[in-house]
Amino acid sequence: MISTGYEARPAPRNKKAIAELRGVSKRFGDVLAASELDLAIAEGEFLSFLGPSGCGKTTALRMLAGFETPTEGDVLLDGEVVNNLDAHHRPVNMVFQHYALFPHMTVEQNIGYGLRQRRPRLPKATIAEKVGKTLEVVRLIGFENRRIWEMSGGQQQRVALARAIVNEPKLLLLDEPMAALDRKLRKEMQIELQNLQRQLGITFVLVTHDQEEALSMSDRVCIMRDGKIVQVGSPQELYDHPRSRYVAGFVGTSNFFDGVATKSEGQSVSVRLANGAEVEGRPMVDAPIDRNVCISVRPEQIKLRREGEGESVTVLNCIFLGEHTEYLVKHQTLGEFLVLSPRQSELNDGPFNTGDTLLASWETSAALVLDSNP
Amino acid sequence: MRLYASCVYIFLYFPIGIIVLFSFNAGRHASQLQGFSTQWYGKALSNPFVMDALQTSLLVAFTSALLASLFGTMAAVALQGIKGPVRTVFDMLIYVAVMIPGIVIGIATLIGLVTVFDQLNPVLASIWPGDGTPPKLNMGLGSLVAAHTMFLMALVIIIVRARLSGMDRALTEASSDLYATPFGTFRQVTLPLIFPAVLAGFLLSFTFSFDDFIIAFFVAGSETTLPIYVFSSIRRGVTPEINAIGTMVLAVSLVMLVAAQILLRRGEKKSK
Repeated sequence: MISTGYEARPAPRNKKAIAELRGVSKRFGDVLAASELDLAIAEGEFLSFLGPSGCGKTTALRMLAGFETPTEGDVLLDGEVVNNLDAHHRPVNMVFQHYALFPHMTVEQNIGYGLRQRRPRLPKATIAEKVGKTLEVVRLIGFENRRIWEMSGGQQQRVALARAIVNEPKLLLLDEPMAALDRKLRKEMQIELQNLQRQLGITFVLVTHDQEEALSMSDRVCIMRDGKIVQVGSPQELYDHPRSRYVAGFVGTSNFFDGVATKSEGQSVSVRLANGAEVEGRPMVDAPIDRNVCISVRPEQIKLRREGEGESVTVLNCIFLGEHTEYLVKHQTLGEFLVLSPRQSELNDGPFNTGDTLLASWETSAALVLDSNP
Repeated sequence: MRLYASCVYIFLYFPIGIIVLFSFNAGRHASQLQGFSTQWYGKALSNPFVMDALQTSLLVAFTSALLASLFGTMAAVALQGIKGPVRTVFDMLIYVAVMIPGIVIGIATLIGLVTVFDQLNPVLASIWPGDGTPPKLNMGLGSLVAAHTMFLMALVIIIVRARLSGMDRALTEASSDLYATPFGTFRQVTLPLIFPAVLAGFLLSFTFSFDDFIIAFFVAGSETTLPIYVFSSIRRGVTPEINAIGTMVLAVSLVMLVAAQILLRRGEKKSK
């Protein structure tokens, strides 16, 4: 047994789980939208569901919100099973993809909607005060009596956010909240959202297909594919220790070499590639012997030199990226792969050009042996 | 093509134009113009039979439009929640109900109600306490309102359904996410958003009921609605008085139709 130490972990220890999915599956007719999801969401964390469309991330979110009932398994909120609790009884609020603001109400009426539903009724003054404070938090003072259609996309998004956080939910669910914004506004909102989460201490659960968004904002990312959770971890963990080719490819870019694991020695595994070459690597999965695996090497982990150790490669293409230069190189047996060289190494060795023959090398620990399949 | 279209419109609207024109005729004969006058409007409005029929018509139209918009809206909202083949069947039945000729609805309602009344009246008489004559169920205002409501409900359902399906489902989900009960969601989100359609449905229903002759002819019993009155007076010859009544009915209908259209348009814009 080789332990990788990066199992799909429950919520970080010493923090209590505010929400949990336990073996949750959801079927729509013949379609299995979510399959045996196991996940604990810690109080106060910012967790993202990341995956392509149709991977089940929105279904998972909707089950937390109470819009869908799991076919199997349990959804827990604050330690209690809430499978059959209707959405309007759950202390959870959602920011919808297209905001779903009420068009017949003003900004103020929209934000106060949740507070007005409370029974016993809240005094009018309390509602007004809370709405006022929230307007301040999302910087919409002065827009109280505007109609929704008079607001820009970014403003509408802040109204949607305010309408949810004014209720001080235990869990704030965000369904692709940035999808409808343009690039620049999206960046601003990401920072704003992150600040807001720290300021309020509310647990955020975000659904997105934008890896950059997920990695830059979240404490933990839950990567999904075909209705299943592939890997859960902090952005750093996912980048440094992916367990499958899918994760490595989804989080950043990498070079992949497919092959079969032949033998393992201590912390390294030998992999015979399709073309017969043997490559050593560090296993990220348990007992990979005789299995189809895949070696992943990040472009920035590969060193290019003119002299010294390494395999001989030919430079096919260079792209200057400022601080880094990206080279596409070709190796006799490994084929083509990408190398990202910091500018410093070039200054020492002189600039590399297309057609140069160089020596490429990487540490065995940088070559990760991964599952070929998710 | 243009000529053809013009002909269609002339054939359609020329007779109506003639009626409007002759309603202002000063002369007594419907065939020759003899100067402008509004005397026939005065005559029509002071005729007690006309006023009686008008009152009946207004009462029936208002009641059946109100009931139809109430039940029609409820049915439309309920149908929105149904999916699959059941919904397809209901959808088809509703369109069929709108397309069935009035004469079929009239005869069917008449036969149906008469049969039911024949069965019920003896039962009612036997359980009636006291000495007085027991009430007798009969064709009249009640049956007229019932028949109109049934027919107009389908119309309201279609109008409200169109509005409902144009509404973002996320809005009701958002409301429920914000702790509103299903009824709270209906009252605070769904109803305000579909209200223009409900009102348009009411106005159209009012117009249809007010103008209806065929169904009323079968089920009105001894009651006389305005169209029935017009029909029976025409047998004694077309008088300018009839033209005046026709013009007034036309004006009321047009105003209602235009109002309904404006409401539907405005509702659509608002939801975007």
